[in-house]
Amino acid sequence: MDAIAGLSMGFANALSLSNLGWALLGCFLGTAIGVLPGLGPALTIALLLPITFSVSATGAFILFCGIFYGAMYGGSTTSILLNTPGESGSIITALEGAKMARNGRAGPALATSAIGSFVAGTVGTLGIAFLGPVIVELALKLGPAEYFSLMVLCFVTVSAVLGGSALRGLTSLFFGLLLGLVGIDLQTGQPRLTFGVPELLDGVNVVLVAVALFAVGETLYLAWRHVEGKAEVLPVGRIMMSRSDWKRSFWPWIRGAGLGFPFGVMPAGGTEMPTMLSYYAERKLAPPEAQKEFGTTGAIEGVAGPEAANNAAAAGVLVPMLTLGLPTSATAAIMLSAFQSYGIQPGPMLFTTQGELVWTLIASLFIANVMLVVLNLPLVGLWARILKIPQPQLYAGILIFATIGTYGISNSVVDLVLLYGIGIIAMFMRRFDFPVAPVVIGMILGPMAEQAMRQALTISQGDWSTFVTRPASLVILLVAVAALLGPKLYGAWLRRMAG
Amino acid sequence: MTKARPDRADLGAGLAVLGLGGVAVWQALAIPTSPLYAQVGPKLVPWLVAAGLLVLGALLTAAALRGGWSADIPEIAEAPPPNPRSLALLLAGLLANLVLIGPLGFTLAATVQFTLVAAAFGSRAYLRNAVIAFVVALGAYTLFVKLLGVNIGAGLVEGLVFGTPE
Repeated sequence: MDAIAGLSMGFANALSLSNLGWALLGCFLGTAIGVLPGLGPALTIALLLPITFSVSATGAFILFCGIFYGAMYGGSTTSILLNTPGESGSIITALEGAKMARNGRAGPALATSAIGSFVAGTVGTLGIAFLGPVIVELALKLGPAEYFSLMVLCFVTVSAVLGGSALRGLTSLFFGLLLGLVGIDLQTGQPRLTFGVPELLDGVNVVLVAVALFAVGETLYLAWRHVEGKAEVLPVGRIMMSRSDWKRSFWPWIRGAGLGFPFGVMPAGGTEMPTMLSYYAERKLAPPEAQKEFGTTGAIEGVAGPEAANNAAAAGVLVPMLTLGLPTSATAAIMLSAFQSYGIQPGPMLFTTQGELVWTLIASLFIANVMLVVLNLPLVGLWARILKIPQPQLYAGILIFATIGTYGISNSVVDLVLLYGIGIIAMFMRRFDFPVAPVVIGMILGPMAEQAMRQALTISQGDWSTFVTRPASLVILLVAVAALLGPKLYGAWLRRMAG
Repeated sequence: MTKARPDRADLGAGLAVLGLGGVAVWQALAIPTSPLYAQVGPKLVPWLVAAGLLVLGALLTAAALRGGWSADIPEIAEAPPPNPRSLALLLAGLLANLVLIGPLGFTLAATVQFTLVAAAFGSRAYLRNAVIAFVVALGAYTLFVKLLGVNIGAGLVEGLVFGTPE
């Protein structure tokens, strides 16, 4: 099905009353949790996974994608008004945004990031609609060997290339792979890594791990380093953008969106790189009088560009998730496990077997974008008020929902012990700068990679060279090796040139 | 490479990863040999993961001995000092939830936990927090159990409000 036919069918479905309701609920929830420091889309979707038992797949995914997009909008509010970015993608937004807010220009900063998010979200969603079917065509030609190589590439990029250190990123990834191994081996029925505990035969629940890493670990770390005192929320003021604000924001929005989307699509995922690149590009391209505002009173270009790049990259992440079944962010990984709980395997077949679901989902993304810009501009005062929930009650409440998310699945105290145990590990991971997203990705993608590897080796009758003699597989593996070793070699080469 | 003094905390982290690798080896050894024929058995990947963890742990330990990494990361180096009182209160809250959720049910366990956690973050309005906690917990219980059909441990309060199940 081509994009136009797919989209028209998708819109016909998405505009039904119940689907619009799910989208609105998702956008609202997503913005609220995006605004709250300490809550993110991965955690929220993980907590809402139980609805997959009682809600249709289409409704649930519209809700999840609304949350995913909404959290991006909400995240910028926190960066601008509180100067504490909630996730890595909005660190750059805080740079100029908080300075604008301090100089009484919080309103235009919020407005340009909301409209920039809208522009980028629309560009990104168009990208999903038109690029998705093309990638599916290519992906249908891939066998298990190529899939395994793709997953290896994905592992390398999410753990070694992004983040501060390849060593610590890979350690997080291997911790996730280890957690993914727990339970019964699907092919032979042997128990693995269960320590003889019968509760572990079914494996470690993904929701439990996500909640432990994102909620329990974070709360423990904040308590461990707690200092009395309150964060200051800057006033919003008038949100209208002046004519010059519009003129100065327009091209940064477009450039940011164009920069962000490809980064999201490539399994090099992540939002840090495109937002940073967009920031430096806008700083270079700004007219001299605007350049003076960078780092002093806050330049609107430095908010508009990175915020658009952030949203476009986030939309791009959905492309490998829907077409290849490869999650490149923690949120995408949790969504993948939601697909699995419906018995749907994301991958190239998804567009044909679940065409209606996919196109309805894509259409809903367009609708969610419109809803979000409407929700965010007039209601920005409401979101600013959410920021004023005091820290003690906020974190105490988060831990209540953490209990619901885990105890509600199994009613087993073993799971609560596991939740708090992994939470304590996550606290130390935060202390020693080990990223947590690779844990979730390793845990969900690890078993899939093992399966692909074993299938490929069964086809090749145990011949390991299958991964390097099939040309596509070899190329992907070489890219992975280059991504892993490239930065190191480049650094060594630079030192040699200098020395 | 100016500093040569090992970083003790980072050394602990490196050794912990090595320990995790050791646990992985122990559990990989414990996998029974499959009676079924498979081109690649169930043991290969656990061994690969165990080996990976051991190598990474060794590299991290080596890095810690050469001065570690924590001192070079501003976010860690400039973090506020540990606050053992807050951490202890929070852990007490988690423990209370673990112990109470079975006998007393979700709402009461969550109320105790909420009050302790809020205290950990410096709130001294214990009674007010307990009331907020009770309302939030019962509200969340209603939402998840009645609307989404998730079963969270019922107990005293839940029985009084909704009647005993079965």
